Amino acid sequence: MARMKFLCDSERCIECNACVTACKNENEVPWGINRRRVVTLNDGAKGERSISMACMHCEDAPCMAVCPVDCFYKTEEGVVLHSKDLCIGCGYCFYACPFGAPQYPQVGNFGSRGKMDKCTFCAGGPEADNTKEEYAKYGANRLAEGKLPLCAEMCSTKALLAGDGDVIAQIYKERVSRRGYGSGAWGWATAYKTGA
Amino acid sequence: MRLFGFKRTFLAAALALGLAFAIAAPQAAMAQQTPADEAALLQQLKGGPVTGRVSIPDAKSGVLIQPQGRDWRQVSQGTVKSVGGWLLAITVIALAAFMAIRGRIKVEHGMSGRTIERFKGIERFAHWLTAICFVILGLSGLNVSFGRSLLLPIMSPEAFTAMSAFGKLAHNFLSFPFVLGVFLMAVLWIRHNIFNAIDMEWFRQGGGLLQKGVHPPAGKFNGGQKIIFWLVVLGALALAVSGYILMFPFYGTDIAGMQLAQLVHAIAGIVMVAVILAHIYIGSIGMEGAFDAMGSGQVDVNWAREHHSLWVKDVTARGAGDD
Repeated sequence: MARMKFLCDSERCIECNACVTACKNENEVPWGINRRRVVTLNDGAKGERSISMACMHCEDAPCMAVCPVDCFYKTEEGVVLHSKDLCIGCGYCFYACPFGAPQYPQVGNFGSRGKMDKCTFCAGGPEADNTKEEYAKYGANRLAEGKLPLCAEMCSTKALLAGDGDVIAQIYKERVSRRGYGSGAWGWATAYKTGA
Repeated sequence: MRLFGFKRTFLAAALALGLAFAIAAPQAAMAQQTPADEAALLQQLKGGPVTGRVSIPDAKSGVLIQPQGRDWRQVSQGTVKSVGGWLLAITVIALAAFMAIRGRIKVEHGMSGRTIERFKGIERFAHWLTAICFVILGLSGLNVSFGRSLLLPIMSPEAFTAMSAFGKLAHNFLSFPFVLGVFLMAVLWIRHNIFNAIDMEWFRQGGGLLQKGVHPPAGKFNGGQKIIFWLVVLGALALAVSGYILMFPFYGTDIAGMQLAQLVHAIAGIVMVAVILAHIYIGSIGMEGAFDAMGSGQVDVNWAREHHSLWVKDVTARGAGDD
């Protein structure tokens, strides 16, 4: 079975933010939450790079390890998902996540966190595939339909790749060897034991 | 001729451009090597967060990678949990051993039947407000730290979540009366809790805890109680500051601030639970006559003479509180 990963080729990302918009639209992401975002480093200076970042679906996922109610699970394809029925909105996964993926809708009193929301690799949640309940809580389940995450699928420069980790790593390696340069598969060294 | 002139200019321009490229190329390669390369950047930042600009309104999402999340995971889930767990276990074992060896500390001269007022209504109100809140705060806090390992295996995930979600709500709301209770106790008792030479003598005699028939003199509060007082006031201060930072995410802090606050909160919380376990023991089953002080507020005169001799002298000299 394929091991699903994202890879952002920052030499190609033009910071159009279409992945951010596509994700919000496809998954009806709650107000104030962006499951994916584009961060620009060295903005306007030499060596400027933009990187589209979301949940990296880590190998040894810190969110899973620190959750006090154990609401996370990992699919056979390596996608890290969670149950909003079990989440209590404590914030621990956010403290632990290197990529800032977990976010919380602000509900009720104080700055109180609601049920955590994050990128699902367009793979829904624990509910039955492509049901109304699943869509309402987690958004689309494109993997169950045989499709890849929309952010990568509609990336105009094909900077953002999603799919089998070995395949997209190979594509990236070929690009780097053809171009002669590359700034690395952002986040891979942090998320996986073996980088790109 | 004109054409030749143009050609020459063009050639010169092309040459110059080529030369410029030749010079620029290694520079560009160098620029790519330093900050735009992930591995080099992470090394340069020495574990600090990689931050940039985002065009979405959520400015805090400009943190691209925060490697310190792994350190937080290591410390909070590893060190704090194991050391804290052992501290609590050792506290319970030590108290049980103390009870087995020393037994219940009796009033040596027996109950006289005459009482003296030790704590007024407002003092007992402050104490019990703090105490009730602390028990619930402590249990719900321990559940977040140890519930997954101890309770989840014997409960259904849904029931455990329902309990933990209620615990989180209670933890958030009860922080306010808890802080109020500690504030009241601090205002009411601070003047009785300044350390002095009498306390040094009390400590020298081990507070009379270790031997029967030893009753070092003490005022309204003895040295041990003064330690509890300051641990509660300072511990509550640390818990309140770190707790409110966590309760109001991103209000004046960033993720590093919240990670630090969580560690301070967890360590202070576990230490306070250990301290209060000992406090509860000596104030209830550990000592005859002690509970009355916070129960009815009226303590037996013999108990008071043995444990707070100077305070009894002071009160009777003022002619207040007797009988």
